[in-house]
Amino acid sequence: MINLHGYGPRLMEGALVTIELAVLSLILAIVLGLATASAKMSRSWALHRFATLYTTVIRGVPDLVLMMLLFFGGQIGINQVTDWLYYQFDIDIFINVNEFVAGVGTIGLIFGAYMGETFRGAFLAVDSGQIEAGRAYGMSHSLVFRRIRFPQMMRHALPGLSNNWMVLLKTTALVSVIGLSDMVKIASEASKATREPFTFMFIVAVIYLLIASVSEWGFARLQKRYDVGFEEVD
Amino acid sequence: MNFSKLLSIGVLGASMIAGVANAEVRDIRIGVDVPYEPMEYRTPDGDLTGFDIELGNALCAEIGIQCEWVVQGWDGIIPGLQARKYDAIMSSMTINEQRREQVLFSEPYITPPSAWFAPTDTEITKPSKESLEGKTIGVQRGTLQDNYVTDLYGDVADVNRYATADDMVLDMDAGRLDIVFLDFPIGKSTLLESEAGDYQTVGKKITKPKKYFGEGFGIAFRQRDKELAKAFNEALATLKDNGTYEEIHTKYFGE
Amino acid sequence: MESLTTWLKNLLADNSIFTLQTLSFYGEGLANTVQLVFLSLIIGLLLAIPLAIARGSKRAWIRLPIFFYCYVFRGTPLLVQLYLIYYGVVFVEGIQDTWLWVILEEPFVPALIAFTLNTGAYTTEIFRGAIKSTPRGEIEAARAYGMSWSLMLRRIVLPSAFRRALPAYGNEVIFMLHASAIASVVTIMDLTGAARFVYARFYAPFDAFLFVAAIYLCLTFGIIYLFRHLEKRLLAHLKPASG
Repeated sequence: MINLHGYGPRLMEGALVTIELAVLSLILAIVLGLATASAKMSRSWALHRFATLYTTVIRGVPDLVLMMLLFFGGQIGINQVTDWLYYQFDIDIFINVNEFVAGVGTIGLIFGAYMGETFRGAFLAVDSGQIEAGRAYGMSHSLVFRRIRFPQMMRHALPGLSNNWMVLLKTTALVSVIGLSDMVKIASEASKATREPFTFMFIVAVIYLLIASVSEWGFARLQKRYDVGFEEVD
Repeated sequence: MNFSKLLSIGVLGASMIAGVANAEVRDIRIGVDVPYEPMEYRTPDGDLTGFDIELGNALCAEIGIQCEWVVQGWDGIIPGLQARKYDAIMSSMTINEQRREQVLFSEPYITPPSAWFAPTDTEITKPSKESLEGKTIGVQRGTLQDNYVTDLYGDVADVNRYATADDMVLDMDAGRLDIVFLDFPIGKSTLLESEAGDYQTVGKKITKPKKYFGEGFGIAFRQRDKELAKAFNEALATLKDNGTYEEIHTKYFGE
Repeated sequence: MESLTTWLKNLLADNSIFTLQTLSFYGEGLANTVQLVFLSLIIGLLLAIPLAIARGSKRAWIRLPIFFYCYVFRGTPLLVQLYLIYYGVVFVEGIQDTWLWVILEEPFVPALIAFTLNTGAYTTEIFRGAIKSTPRGEIEAARAYGMSWSLMLRRIVLPSAFRRALPAYGNEVIFMLHASAIASVVTIMDLTGAARFVYARFYAPFDAFLFVAAIYLCLTFGIIYLFRHLEKRLLAHLKPASG
């Protein structure tokens, strides 16, 4: 069998970091995505422009470059502010951008832009007659959102959401380059220490495939749930 | 997922500790990038050791403070100091002008030479523009060796830059590199004493010009921590006088 | 050329980071990125077309291996694939002594292999989808004309599938450009590699990374523009008649 040279437990810890990172980034991305979609659909010119700028710039630059900019640059930017506070007012604040936070922040920021497009399309796909009907029943805006727009929007958004999740999951591997101990980083450390790079990376690949397969299955079940009332017609 | 991690994400990625500046020297944390044998590395059971670690601990004991080591990748080691992840860097860092703009250095505590290392069957006998032409040279990105090689041989040779010295050794073993330029003690323990391949030094050890090789390795502090730097300088002088420094030096470098 | 150099020198006079030396790094990086992305896209495309056709085969021994290839390369990060190929080839016993090593020794070739296999898998799926959605009527019409399978493929199925695949393929091209940023982890001096070098040398993350982000942004816009133009020409017949 495969000899892990005692790196098995650490590799599992790394896998957990990868999953945590992916899930937290996904949550951030969904929040940003909903905000972007609303901004793009709003009547405010400024909000619309801002959202468009955000999605265009983010989708035009590689993830890794954004990550390095935020991780290395973000820290130096913050340091300049805190140093200024210290010299001006003798206030000693200490703000630390760690790799995990930079990772979640960047991945969330990147996929927020993609989610924005997904959600916008999905909201537009909801039949406006149903929204009017809801209003006619005297439902409040928030109730219409909760009971009518959101559940139906999700039906349309799920394929895009699942697609984004798969890409996001693989993007998490990049955090190893900025030094976060996810499973790719641990595998690469183990590779160098044991001089057996193939073994560890192979295991990492299998774990990624496993996570991808499980989430594919999960999304298929979710889709079934939201598809209730829309039987497939052949 | 522990609570503190959740909290740090809750405040948008910022963990804040507010306090009043304190002029007195207190317990500190020291940032270090491992492995860089024999300067800093881990024993098989995971403990930190090496020349820097042992000297650092001795210095802290001399000052009478507790020191805790924090491991940090080289790329982010100076930003990490300024962000107060730790209060000093003791990680084979060469004192030079570019870094001096960012940090405050102690007096140099060691001045190791750099050296060229190549497989024993290499045809290069003396590194020069002619002999290195078309060769692939390995260096660690952002080190003084990188600057030196880039400026002197960047136009005739391929320079491959690595994030860590370990990555470089792996490619040296694989046969992707013709020659590497490293701090001599590091090359000695990772290449000359390694079992994976047969290596030798090429040419003389190099310590000049000062523009690249600086004044040696220093401990880096934040610009404002002048008291702390002074305490370390005094402790270093004491250890050199009472023989402790010599003892640690011999333990790791022989002679 | 002479005047350009002096002009650049004057422009960069009071600037310690963007010297001629660092700009030449960015230039080299741009060349490497473009080469790597362009070559892997072309080879990946050539690989994907037959695979996409074979993927629809009724024979399981043809269909399943292709499915498996796509599944593995689409289900794992490109970075992991790159590591596996870059370090993996070294562990083929005695490879250093064969002629193959001459090309595998350079980091460029393992990276090219990884990128090609990766984009090949995605492109296969894109074309598979496009071929599958060929209107049944077109196929029936071709059959009724007595076209052979290969003639039908060449004249009817593939041309219309290419058009339908164009928007998705445009996204794949942009995706590859962005994915190529990881080439710097195996020491290739691509655009991102140049930015990392400048960052490490001057501790100037904003200058280094914002500059390179701007270059990537320009490249991305160029690709978007190119594909819009192509779509306009090739998909003109799909536009609503009244404009």
